[in-house]
Amino acid sequence: MAEKLKLEVVTPKGAVVSKEVDIVTAPGYGGEFGVLANHAPFLSTIKIGVLTYKTGTQEETLMVSGGFCEVSNNKLTFLVESAERGTDIDVERAMRAKERAEKRLAEAQAQKEKMDRTRAEAALQRAMSRLRVAERQKPS
Amino acid sequence: MASLKDVKSKIGGVKKTAQITKAMNMVAAAKLRGAQQKMEDFRSYAEKFNAAMGNLSSAMDSGAFPLMEKREVKNVEILVVTSDRGLCGSFNAHIMKMAEKLIASLEAEGKKVSLVCVGKKGASYFRKTGKIRARYTDLMGTFQMFNARTIAQDIAGNFLSGDSDEVRIVYGKFKSVAVQRPAEQMFLPIQPDTVAATEAVSSSAGAYIYEPSTEEIMEVLLPLYMNVMVYHAMLEVSASEHAARMSAMDNATNACKDIIHSLTLIYNKARQAGITAELMDIVGGAEALK
Repeated sequence: MAEKLKLEVVTPKGAVVSKEVDIVTAPGYGGEFGVLANHAPFLSTIKIGVLTYKTGTQEETLMVSGGFCEVSNNKLTFLVESAERGTDIDVERAMRAKERAEKRLAEAQAQKEKMDRTRAEAALQRAMSRLRVAERQKPS
Repeated sequence: MASLKDVKSKIGGVKKTAQITKAMNMVAAAKLRGAQQKMEDFRSYAEKFNAAMGNLSSAMDSGAFPLMEKREVKNVEILVVTSDRGLCGSFNAHIMKMAEKLIASLEAEGKKVSLVCVGKKGASYFRKTGKIRARYTDLMGTFQMFNARTIAQDIAGNFLSGDSDEVRIVYGKFKSVAVQRPAEQMFLPIQPDTVAATEAVSSSAGAYIYEPSTEEIMEVLLPLYMNVMVYHAMLEVSASEHAARMSAMDNATNACKDIIHSLTLIYNKARQAGITAELMDIVGGAEALK
């Protein structure tokens, strides 16, 4: 794999990642998608989820929340509201958040409150993505 | 002439004031550094965001979105962003004056004006006018994107429901540590040309693949774009506030030093006059004994 992609993950709090990578997998609008070098120009919205990128055999993961990404000329730019590394994630807190979100979701479903439901769903997704990222961080 | 004791206690008081202003100056300097750092961090995000928006809006016709729709302007909403605290010179006063002028000129054209105030100073200044629709205070210290989102959603909701046909922002722009200027900006409807103008769209970039469709991406991006604008204004105001306070407190400290200097002169003069009078007394007494 001679050619590389330049990956940049930028949040309102500054750049989180800026490096050359081989492959990126991200949670796009229509599901997970992967980007390799020489990808066609591409623009997609990003959902809450797990972003994975690989350089050689080294794999790293990030938890990202909503935003969008742009691919052009072997440059891949993610503009997301927040991005967290596995090492920054407080597993216990994420666990608690997950339980709380599940409870709220159940309540909202019972009362058919649409607003609360979407919010609880988003919170649940964030918590679950955090847990997934934290889990993958461990073995390495 | 004031008595020696009076002058002395006054010098002590002014010295304490100088200490306080000096401390405030240093706190403001530290906070300014933080705020500037945040602005810098945010700049790359905002720039990339604008570039992507430019690419996107050039690829499509923009009339189709309610947030971009131009209507006949009857109700204007003004988002006034000020600081939460005072003691920062004329910084807030300038913003308020600008907002007031804008209100007056809009009302002269027969438009109705409502206000959304971010920051305590603006909120309390405009409270009596009864024009305030919403107020958000005590947000400046925390800088969460979340706060900006709440405000942006509120404004967008009002715009979409037709209660306001145009939204403008008045805030303090951070030019440099020494210069902060009030600025006015069009906020809604979002104008694609102001968005696209930031980026000369290179035709070589070619057609993008959009996922989902351009329209749906726009639906997501436009609210985000509003967040970015509000957040940006808040960052600018906060940096300006600290810079303004820094120079105001610097001035205050210098003024204190001047006062202390002149008071010390008065004190010494009074002391000397006292000594001279006492000497005269002694000499007079000695003369009388002869």
